[in-house]
Amino acid sequence: MDQLDYHMELSQSLKAMVNRGDFPHILFYGPSGAGKKTRVLALLRDIYGPAVEKVKVEHKQFKVGSTTVEIPILSSAHHLELNPGDAGNRDRDVVQELIKEIAASAPLPTSSSGDTSDWKPFKVVVLNEVDNLSKEAQHALRRTMEKYITTCRIMMTCNNACRVIAPIRSRCLCVRVAAPSAAQIAAVLQATARKEAVTLPPLLAEKLAAQAHGNLRKALLTLEAARVAQYPFDPKGEVRQADWEAFIDGVAADCVREQSPRKLGEVRNKLYDLLAHCIPPDMIMERLTRALLVKLKHDPPLLQMEVLHHAALYEVRMISGSKAIFHLEAFIAKFMAVYKRHLFTSFGG
Amino acid sequence: MAERAVPWVEKYRPRTVTDVAHQTEVVDTLRKAVETRNLPHLIFYGPPGTGKTSTILACARDLYGSDFKKRVLELNASDERGISIVRNKIKSFAMVAVNAKTNAEGQSIPPYKLIVLDEADSMTTDAQSALRRTMETYCRITRFCIICNYVSRLIPPITSRCAKFHFKPLPKQATLDRLKMIAAAEGVGCSDRVFALIEEQSEGDMRKAIQMMQSLHRLAMDGEIAEQAVLDISGAVPAETVRALIAGCQQPNAFKQIQAEVDALLLQGYPAGQLLAQLSGEVVSSATLPDVAKGVISKGLAEADKHLVDGANEYLQLLNVFAIICRSAAPAAA
Ligand SMILES: Nc1ncnc2c1ncn2[C@@H]1O[C@H](COP(=O)(O)OP(=O)(O)OP(=O)(O)O)[C@@H](O)[C@H]1O
Ligand SMILES: [Mg+2]
Repeated sequence: MDQLDYHMELSQSLKAMVNRGDFPHILFYGPSGAGKKTRVLALLRDIYGPAVEKVKVEHKQFKVGSTTVEIPILSSAHHLELNPGDAGNRDRDVVQELIKEIAASAPLPTSSSGDTSDWKPFKVVVLNEVDNLSKEAQHALRRTMEKYITTCRIMMTCNNACRVIAPIRSRCLCVRVAAPSAAQIAAVLQATARKEAVTLPPLLAEKLAAQAHGNLRKALLTLEAARVAQYPFDPKGEVRQADWEAFIDGVAADCVREQSPRKLGEVRNKLYDLLAHCIPPDMIMERLTRALLVKLKHDPPLLQMEVLHHAALYEVRMISGSKAIFHLEAFIAKFMAVYKRHLFTSFGG
Repeated sequence: MAERAVPWVEKYRPRTVTDVAHQTEVVDTLRKAVETRNLPHLIFYGPPGTGKTSTILACARDLYGSDFKKRVLELNASDERGISIVRNKIKSFAMVAVNAKTNAEGQSIPPYKLIVLDEADSMTTDAQSALRRTMETYCRITRFCIICNYVSRLIPPITSRCAKFHFKPLPKQATLDRLKMIAAAEGVGCSDRVFALIEEQSEGDMRKAIQMMQSLHRLAMDGEIAEQAVLDISGAVPAETVRALIAGCQQPNAFKQIQAEVDALLLQGYPAGQLLAQLSGEVVSSATLPDVAKGVISKGLAEADKHLVDGANEYLQLLNVFAIICRSAAPAAA
């Protein structure tokens, strides 16, 4: 926990809490790249010491009825970590089996050292991205979390706490993890650069931090990529955006420049490209909306709000539909119509 | 470190029916049932952390004492409870006849078994129909207790056969009393104001209240709990922030500013759903919003909430709600 560069206060007191054996299950929630997993690891180190860093990855097989599921599990002598989402619609069985296994093989006091002061009667199961855990699996966890609490503590992470059912939230200490601010990200980038003996111009650090939008992981990756592409850094250098983001910004520019069936066809092909590169449709919609709102920033707020209204509407249709492209395209067509009407009325067409 | 250290929620789980705080209606019925050894089929329903599971387990302990294991079958959402399990496992447990007898402690125990189906919200209707038949056939030698959060998830033929008990969110005083009892036993430093804040944040969920108090006690390194600390871990957006947002929407040309603020809130990790809930409270009680605007906004909030549950994008939904507030609240917007 000491290695975390921000939110020191909460970290210190969490540490004090887990050092007593009677801490509850914990749910960390907050935006991606905010440092939820880092926090979990730091807590584990505080509970068990460096032994938790000796991890192995195994592909564990679970027999469920007549089928077998295989999912990767990261484990040390004291903990297990997995993404229950990897188990697809078998997540319920996998999670239950793991916890019951742990309960059945409850850790015994280490007799070899003769010193039991460090001995913990429980293991920790880390479940990542529990907002993707099926409702069934979540319900199944309820009584299990209570029954096996002496032998098994659960630490969960998720982006959206509202997708975790109320009975589970009631059983956890819910800890909000805020994304680091741009200044904090810049500081971490500088610290990393120093460790790697790289000179990072402050201006560039700021730009990288601003663009990461609170996502520390992303900022670090971009720094890494920038270093490979060009080092020493140009102090006034531009920061390259992730390709897909730049690409969507281009799509937004297209839509504002020309509203015609021909352009719609072109844009449609670009959207297809994005989907083919496995960019999640809701991220496309969000980025596209943000980009359009930036383009319209000098237009009347009512127009911006109308565009936003349609974006929210078409995104909802998209998640309940099966073909994302239809809804993305329909949104673009709607945008073009709205924007064209606006141009006509405001310039007396 | 204590060897079997468990969180206080488990440590202070009621052991006997009389331990259960509040829930007087069910407690009275069960106390009588334990005395007369006469138990109806039961349905417990209500929100999380109000004592449903604790109550039936305590009742079973009171009834059977050391014969608990032999007489009680407890199945919850982690157990397979499909139609075949109902027809086999549950039925075979239900059909075994038992006699009234005296257990090891010399307590006389009644001539029936108890099957507890906890967390029954997720049971299929088919499984429930099968269950209903088992209930009918073996009602003389087996009692059922079915527990769920929403009674509407159960089929009418089942609900009509049981005595239904609604576990309500715990009233203020009941929560405060229990918190103070535990605080005294554990040596928690806590002012009356802090107790009140914890109770307020727990929203009638006793589990949450106890858990919060323990966490706060530990986070304060076993020292005095500060008021601010309660607000920090409650997960709620500070009330002033929510009010300032609504006031901001009533300024001309607010939309641009709001975009930045929505971004900032989401980056701080507040779930959009949480914000919607708080917004709703503030909007309804707002003194500056006209009634028509309140109606329009409430409708927008409800729709956004539904969409979020369906998995819609948080940024788009939340920003759209604020756009609705801007449009309906702005002074004479063009
Ligand atoms: N009425 C109550 N009196 C005393 N303690 C309570 C009461 N309700 C809840 N608690 C405390 O909360 C904990 C959880 O209660 P319990 O398991 O009975 O909740 P539940 O109603 O079954 O909730 P869920 O719907 O989430 O399963 C208990 O261990 C106990 O510490
Ligand atoms: Mg329960």
